[in-house]
Amino acid sequence: MSTALRSPANFKRDAAEAVTKPSLKIALDRTTGLLQRRRVDVLKAYPEFEATREVAKNIKDHTLAHLDHYLAEFEKNATAAGAVVHWAETPEQACKIVIDLCRQADAKSVTRVKSMLGEEIGLPKALAAAGIERVETDLAEHIIQLADEPPSHIVIPAMHKTREEVADLFAHHHKEPKIDGEVGTLVESARGELRPKYVAADVGISGANFLIASTGTVVTVTNEGNAELTTELPGMHIVTAGIEKVVPEPQHALVLLRLLARSALGTEFTQYTSFFTGPRREDETTGPEAMHIVLVDNGRTQMLASEMRPMLRCIRCAACINHCPVYGAIGGHPYGSTYPGPMGSVLTPALQSLEVAKDLPHACTLNGRCQEVCPVKIPLPDLIRSLRDDTWRRNLVPKPAKLAVQAWAWVAVRPSLYRLVSGLANYALRLWAGPRGMIAKLPLAGGWTQGRDFPRPTGPTFMTQYKRRQGR
Amino acid sequence: MTKVHPHVGLLVTCLVDAMRPEIGFATLKLLEQAGCSVSVPETQTCCGQPALNSGARGEAKTLAKRVVAAFEPFDYVVAPSGSCLGTVKTHYPELLADDPAWKRRAEQVAAKSYEILSFLSEVRNWRPEGVRFPAKATYHHTCAGLRELGIYAQPLKLLEQVDGLEILPLEGETACCGFGGTFAVKYPEISTAIVSDKTRQIAATGADTLLAADLGCLMNIAGKLSREGRSDIRVFHPVEILAGMADGKGVAGR
Repeated sequence: MSTALRSPANFKRDAAEAVTKPSLKIALDRTTGLLQRRRVDVLKAYPEFEATREVAKNIKDHTLAHLDHYLAEFEKNATAAGAVVHWAETPEQACKIVIDLCRQADAKSVTRVKSMLGEEIGLPKALAAAGIERVETDLAEHIIQLADEPPSHIVIPAMHKTREEVADLFAHHHKEPKIDGEVGTLVESARGELRPKYVAADVGISGANFLIASTGTVVTVTNEGNAELTTELPGMHIVTAGIEKVVPEPQHALVLLRLLARSALGTEFTQYTSFFTGPRREDETTGPEAMHIVLVDNGRTQMLASEMRPMLRCIRCAACINHCPVYGAIGGHPYGSTYPGPMGSVLTPALQSLEVAKDLPHACTLNGRCQEVCPVKIPLPDLIRSLRDDTWRRNLVPKPAKLAVQAWAWVAVRPSLYRLVSGLANYALRLWAGPRGMIAKLPLAGGWTQGRDFPRPTGPTFMTQYKRRQGR
Repeated sequence: MTKVHPHVGLLVTCLVDAMRPEIGFATLKLLEQAGCSVSVPETQTCCGQPALNSGARGEAKTLAKRVVAAFEPFDYVVAPSGSCLGTVKTHYPELLADDPAWKRRAEQVAAKSYEILSFLSEVRNWRPEGVRFPAKATYHHTCAGLRELGIYAQPLKLLEQVDGLEILPLEGETACCGFGGTFAVKYPEISTAIVSDKTRQIAATGADTLLAADLGCLMNIAGKLSREGRSDIRVFHPVEILAGMADGKGVAGR
């Protein structure tokens, strides 16, 4: 799926196509299944999980309630540590700041650590447009860069690829590919390809998992150590981060870190957790000479003032995605945005527009598992319902569907008429079915019967039979 | 409420009314066995869940008020559906929150509303006696019952006491079947893909019977099983088993 055609406006079409791809299904089942099992296992050994979720929710709610204060604190303390803080309201502004900084550094090549905020603001495209070579250092990002595809998951960007497909890609693109069917060898192959590029890069770009206000520190987590190689070797480290990433103090980041790794990957902690406070100091021998932090709004202050505020608690663990049956069936690409699954169905309408993303809140069974696994207790089904209310109010629901619901509701408040209509429908269905117990084709219900049969009503309606039994 | 014979208002649910009255009559029978006197308010139509989940809050509110008014005279409100009851219990108070008087009434109704299996097991402490249903069954936990109402062990506890009934473990027993109300017709390809996983997992248990306590989910799963030609698996609501009324055809027409 090419990057250019991606839009949440194509959700229906792309989702219908996605369910027909057997290799996608294999890839999704393997990975989401593994992540679900590992999460259950790691939580067995973490009895304080429920209590910690509550603490985490309170930390985020408190910070969001005083976001202006903590952002100012962060800027003050990051500046004192020698970093330069930039503010961007829009994705375009954010990209321009980054590109200008790269030009200042006369950068020909930049290394990048996986950052969904970077994807959200379109940084890969902006770098390409500026003629700057972009080297994705996260293994999964490396895979999809080779495939020229967007990420399909926020933690595991190449979720949609099987190891067999990755082996083919590496065989085709790597200078000295190593392929023998083992995942470990594939990792070796990528390592060989990427190592020289770390040293050659002029600028390293990362995101931030947390920003600590009291110290001006940027926190990143990886399992590959690529954040450290990306940010420490080049002369300039640029951080792009959403403004909701800030927490008051280090201990608050630690609480969230305990939940993040467990919720994301079912591990107790990430392999690498780094705290970056300012650029290289005078008494230090390594690290970048310059550190720039670009703080991006892109609709977040509007969310703060809206019913969508709880969504700003999100720590991007992807537990909701890993447990979403819709994501499990279609993968991330049909969502047409950086953020798929339940969290994406709430974020994308806020970051882009509800007009373009009107399908997303409706493409959900409201089964509630996302909320059940969310480490910061975001009431995702409620937020999704609230967005459905907006689509209804703003006439973004297809007319026939809206009319059908209105007509049905009109009838449903008139019990006698309702009895008549439901009795007729019941009778018509039985007539249509004839002697068969199941109906394979049903006018006006093609959506149902294209993949399933529809049961024949077993007899007259309950109300009809009940009245008869009462002797009326 | 300490009445010996509480007066229960039966919320039949629109789907049971139109598609499978047996579930309604089985619920009625069980409530009577559990010592309740049961009334079926004639003004009931639908709880409004399709409107609520379509974003039609105005329509949903109107229907919610009707249900609240129709059912507030009773000691309890009972429905054979986790999702309809979840709408009454968890969504009405929030839906009617901007009108304090209605909110209070909705909360009062919510507080005495129960899904049938949890009502039998927790409120009435009822146990099946002399019920026989020889089958190897497997149990799908429906989402609203599980996550909005916390129903998990209650149905299994009751079914354990049915003679001849063995419950086989189901992989993904708490994963959504892909029904999702209007979702099933708005996004049929996705819905069908999700229910394919469910039927595959059901078939893998070797069970000859599938049980689940929400007719929407049952129709979805039974519809898929039927399309796949799995005539060896029968589909019932647990109340049909518990009431000894599962001698006829199941939801999948067999």
